[in-house]
Amino acid sequence: MRELIHQAFQLKELLILIGLGVLALLAEIFNFKKLLFPLVLTGLAAVIAVCVIDWTPQDTNRYFYTQMLNVNHYALGFTIVIMLVSIFWFLMSEKYFTDETNITDHFALILFALVGAFLMVSYSNMTMLFLGIETLSIPLYVLVGSKKNDLASNESAFKYFLMGSFASGFLLFGIALIYGVTGSFDLSQIAAFVAKSNGSLPPLFFVGGLLMLVGMSFKVSAAPFHFWAPDVYQGAPTVITAFMATVVKTAAFGAFFRLFWVAFNGAAAEWSHIMWVMAAATLLIGNITAVFQQHVKRLLAYSSIAHAGFMFMAILAMSKTAASAVLYYSVAYSLSSLCAFLVLYMVMQSRAGDDSIDSFNGLVKKKPLLAGSMTIALLSLSGIPPLAGFFAKYFIFVTALSQGFYWLVGIAILGSLIGVYYYFKIIIAMFFKAPQDESPINVPADQRALLVVLSLLILILGILPEMVIRLL
Amino acid sequence: MIVGFLIFWPLLAAFLLLLVKGEQVKKAAFAFSLLELLVTGMAWYHYHQNPATDLLKMYGAWMPSLGINFDVAMDGIGVLLVFLTTLLVPFIILSSFGKSYKTPRAFYMLILLMQMALVGVFVAMDGFLFYIFWELALIPIYFICLLWGGEGRARITFKFFIYTLFGSLFMLAALIYLYLHTSTPTGHSFHIDALTAAGSGMSAQAQAVFFFCMFLAFAIKMPIFPFHTWQPDTYVNAPAQGTMLLSGIMLKMGTFGLIRWILPIVPQAVHDWGFVAVSLSVISILYGSVLAITQKDFKRLIAYSSIAHVGLIAAGIIAFNVQGIEGGLVQMISHGINVVGLFIICDMITSRTGTSDISSLGGIRQVAPGFALIALLIVLGSVALPLTNGFVGEFLLINGLFQYKAAAAALGGLTIILGAVYMLRSYQKIMLGEKSALTLNFPEITFQEKMVLIPLVILIFFFGIYPKPLLQLAEPAVTALVHKYNMGLMK
Repeated sequence: MRELIHQAFQLKELLILIGLGVLALLAEIFNFKKLLFPLVLTGLAAVIAVCVIDWTPQDTNRYFYTQMLNVNHYALGFTIVIMLVSIFWFLMSEKYFTDETNITDHFALILFALVGAFLMVSYSNMTMLFLGIETLSIPLYVLVGSKKNDLASNESAFKYFLMGSFASGFLLFGIALIYGVTGSFDLSQIAAFVAKSNGSLPPLFFVGGLLMLVGMSFKVSAAPFHFWAPDVYQGAPTVITAFMATVVKTAAFGAFFRLFWVAFNGAAAEWSHIMWVMAAATLLIGNITAVFQQHVKRLLAYSSIAHAGFMFMAILAMSKTAASAVLYYSVAYSLSSLCAFLVLYMVMQSRAGDDSIDSFNGLVKKKPLLAGSMTIALLSLSGIPPLAGFFAKYFIFVTALSQGFYWLVGIAILGSLIGVYYYFKIIIAMFFKAPQDESPINVPADQRALLVVLSLLILILGILPEMVIRLL
Repeated sequence: MIVGFLIFWPLLAAFLLLLVKGEQVKKAAFAFSLLELLVTGMAWYHYHQNPATDLLKMYGAWMPSLGINFDVAMDGIGVLLVFLTTLLVPFIILSSFGKSYKTPRAFYMLILLMQMALVGVFVAMDGFLFYIFWELALIPIYFICLLWGGEGRARITFKFFIYTLFGSLFMLAALIYLYLHTSTPTGHSFHIDALTAAGSGMSAQAQAVFFFCMFLAFAIKMPIFPFHTWQPDTYVNAPAQGTMLLSGIMLKMGTFGLIRWILPIVPQAVHDWGFVAVSLSVISILYGSVLAITQKDFKRLIAYSSIAHVGLIAAGIIAFNVQGIEGGLVQMISHGINVVGLFIICDMITSRTGTSDISSLGGIRQVAPGFALIALLIVLGSVALPLTNGFVGEFLLINGLFQYKAAAAALGGLTIILGAVYMLRSYQKIMLGEKSALTLNFPEITFQEKMVLIPLVILIFFFGIYPKPLLQLAEPAVTALVHKYNMGLMK
């Protein structure tokens, strides 16, 4: 017991996050709601600071809680990214937290979701993976439905919950089968089992891995398990959608990649054909379906599926560079998406929640800053140099080509082109079409600053991608 | 040092425009571009003094662990194309003085940003950097066409954007493929020398794949049949200055790409598969010329003639001999000067009469003899009359093509005859004959317009009579390239 408490204090990242969550719950009782917002921001910044302090020059395995967590460079890198994006997300959603009732509950839910995200990127035991995913998902089921009087919000919460539980079931099944074959939940012991088997793995291992693949694909919304994403994204409150598209996606890919990198690396050939097809299908379905969307929120949902396809390629083409490619892609994609969602949020507020592409018409005349940031975000998402999104795709291409996935890269190129098509629909609407009405858009000063910071970050990450790439 | 200034000055200048007020923005942009031209002159001078001077090189570690660096240098070919860029941009800016675009500041900022990307393309010695600049050039021109273009511009510029991006992504994949085959002490590298070493070491089949991926990107940019369908609409629809940027400079990115990023890297594939590229180029020559003859709109006619001219340049370059490549380089400069001149003429006619429809014009010489004379001189340059710049380039090109295959030269040579047909016929219809209702009060050329056109005419004849400076600049690099190619084939 004393040992456990002692260890709890060693892993400060988790301690701070849980502490913040508990604090948020207490805020309602002890009435310091006003203080909560700055407190949370400071807390998240502190997590980043702790991660930076914990960073050792050499990548070392630091195990915690009887080898349940392994906070190595990979975990720290992803944690920094997740916390950084969360800080920007909190700044963006300030209004969400001040307008609605039950503010403190929302704070606590988001913070506990972040605890789950931390566990998902630093687990070294499959039970911890499952716990992390559930800790992340359950708050989200609630948050998606947090517009209590809105039918769409309720519907999407229900859908998300149902689909999510299914996926968790698959995942658990898979974990059980893998445990049955290998006799362990520990990633490194599974890897040792794979290495020892010399390519003659029992069929049950294959089935277990496949079930886990299905479960994880649900979470990252890869085809053919992506159906929940557009409906849920559209129904959820916009800021929660932004959270799901950025933080949740990053955590899910962090977990997905870690599983296949550490545990199943030697057995990759077993299901590489299936993964190939899934990657190709995700790229094509996400991009092609996005073309037909008239609502920007739904369009961004499909685009997030398409980007999942790109990151999926890195999991298929497993290598050391693939890890940095996934990390870089997560940052680039999260920042660009967050910027796009922020502009969308502003535009939707001025137009009573209308998120059709037409509501962006003539935005450049009404608010050049919004149009400018949106353009940078969309150019980055479509992968135009020298923005971050381009380098993200570039690193994925390098990884995939170095492993010989030529055709998949061809499909990805096709996907990128289709992507340009629908992202540019919004750009054309902003710059070319006449505004539908003269309703003014109010952008508070702090949101303006946030937009500028995000746009600059997208550009700086593009000009100096090595900052992130060298981490892992 | 100088090369760094040439790249970053337009970028800085674009932001300096933010400080300039109102109508002054044109003049400031013009002054900035003149300074750039002046520094290019310095670069030329230093290159002439000592081709290996450090002033024309710049190196900065960018992503050293990935073998990607900010590595730029100017050899003779680089000096030549940077000269083309920095020479034409002042003319393009000057030609806009008589117009008033909405939000002029953004317009000139985009032109200067475009200039930065173009200079970068021509001096990059790192494959990755080349790709970045290549794509970077696309964004400003897309917005120039989208914001200031004509009717239906959203659809047309979009087609242009998707088309060129399609090609470039294949180029990116090809460059990465090659990069993964390089080996230097520090791992893979994008430096052109490493890529060249890796390329010539690859199997003939792999070389062919690389060749076609790269050629696709360049062929779309130039454009060459059958990848040209974006071009006429885009040229006609873009604002006059956008068209000049596209045809005068941007299409040279494609032909330049052939010389720097295909010929030295995969010589075997050029030898094996060059005939495909040459055939397509020759088809472009004939196709562009014939369609130009049938055009009723003057701007569209120039657009098609551009397809024919660039087809000849590409064919000559891929023929891979000294005359062909030198001719290609000289003709890139000449075509840039001539086509910008033609588009200025066309723009003047359009803004004076409101149309560029050939049949509704006529008799301009009677009311504006000065304008007609200058137009004639520029037309002569573009039909490659001896003593004009067009003649030097096309003569060398056909000569080079003849060494490659006589039949190709015979077909390609038709461009001169057909070019004379469509250019002189349209000149006759527009300038000579009876006045039409639209040209009745055609204003004579103004002083400001003379300031644009007369220097262009002087350049046309100067390089026609004395092409030596251009040839001298191109020669060492071209001879070395061809020599290496022939040695390789003998082996």
